Amino acid sequence: MRRTLAARSAAATSALAVVLLTLSIGLIFFWAPTDADQGFSQRIFYFHVPIALTAYVCFGWGAWKALRVLWKRDDRADVASYVAIHQGVVFGALTLLTGSIWARASWGVWWSWSENQLVLFLVLFLFYCAYFMLRFSLEPGRSRANMSAVYALFGVVLIPVSFLAIRLSQKFIHPVVFNSHGPQMSGSQFVTFLVSLAGMLALFATLYQVELAGKRLDASLRELRELLV
Amino acid sequence: MTYFADVAALTRKDLLLELRVKETLPSMLLFVIATLTIFHFALPRGTGDTAALGLLWSAIVFTALLGLTRAFVAEREQGLFDALVLAPCDRSAIWLAKSLAVLTFLVCAELVALPAFEAFFSGLDGRTIAAVALADIGIAAVGTLFGAMAVAGRARELLLPLLFLPMAIPIVVGGVGGYLWFLVLYDAIFALLAWAMFEYVVAEV
Repeated sequence: MRRTLAARSAAATSALAVVLLTLSIGLIFFWAPTDADQGFSQRIFYFHVPIALTAYVCFGWGAWKALRVLWKRDDRADVASYVAIHQGVVFGALTLLTGSIWARASWGVWWSWSENQLVLFLVLFLFYCAYFMLRFSLEPGRSRANMSAVYALFGVVLIPVSFLAIRLSQKFIHPVVFNSHGPQMSGSQFVTFLVSLAGMLALFATLYQVELAGKRLDASLRELRELLV
Repeated sequence: MTYFADVAALTRKDLLLELRVKETLPSMLLFVIATLTIFHFALPRGTGDTAALGLLWSAIVFTALLGLTRAFVAEREQGLFDALVLAPCDRSAIWLAKSLAVLTFLVCAELVALPAFEAFFSGLDGRTIAAVALADIGIAAVGTLFGAMAVAGRARELLLPLLFLPMAIPIVVGGVGGYLWFLVLYDAIFALLAWAMFEYVVAEV
């Protein structure tokens, strides 16, 4: 019963992701105004920033599940935390890629150390890649669940600390879209951005559920096989 | 009060062990001097003091890494972890004691490294020395926790740099820039987190 419910939820979010992402592509290319300063290439903003924010959501969700592992001794949360961080690394890699393309288009360089978000994602990417090294060098079990969870929690604390560090270390040339006065965007830009963000989040929710279902299935299959042998 | 007595006993054990075996500290000392020598030849002639100062920070981080890699080897190889976990003391005391031992080694290495840096490259101001001292606390606190995680795995020595170096980036930023308040913040946040989390890292089964 629970499995069919999970399957239905995954189907619903995947349909939502398809609709929202299609809509956002339409809005990005046909509705949002062309940026006066950067021209057409600015449209990558509607992919880059939602992907980056989704990556943060992934890491945050992974840390929340990690907290459940340590706090409630919830064994199911261990796989959930792993899957969320796995998705986070995928979205993080996409952030690096889209950010790099954007940097090339608007500043003429593939990489810019003065772009805070890109550097932060590089640090996070390095940190979370080591998560997999740690996890796969340990034997499965409670000890591995605990250590992965501790590392995931360090990661989510490292995000603001690194952000502060990177901000200290360099001057700003990154365009600041969000500041204390709210989003510096026109109405149509903001709507396009929000649709794209919702689409990316729905995509994450879908991928998360599919991968999680796969991992759970894999685990039950393993258990069954051990019973047979 | 017994908590601090436990910490003192465990720290004493680590320092005594090092005093008898003389393994970690001499290698750290040789390593840091060798690194500074390499930096002398790696830097083009006439490079400013700022560049050299940056290299001092890489030397410190890598020397610390060398010490941290060795920190829990005895515990794992001799099966001492099981005994420590069984001992009737708070588990975070194990972390605190090991961090203090690591910190002692690091400070000893720097007592040689900083004068050597001053002799090889350029003078150091009080701010840099304060930054090094603050950075040591953060390195020891985070590194000890990650060291305990790394020795549990199959990859061991290979794993620790991968886990630790991304965490060390903010330390390097704070150190090179001389942002003492940032280093204090880093130390406070991560020492507290490591202190709270160590229990889960050593809990077997």
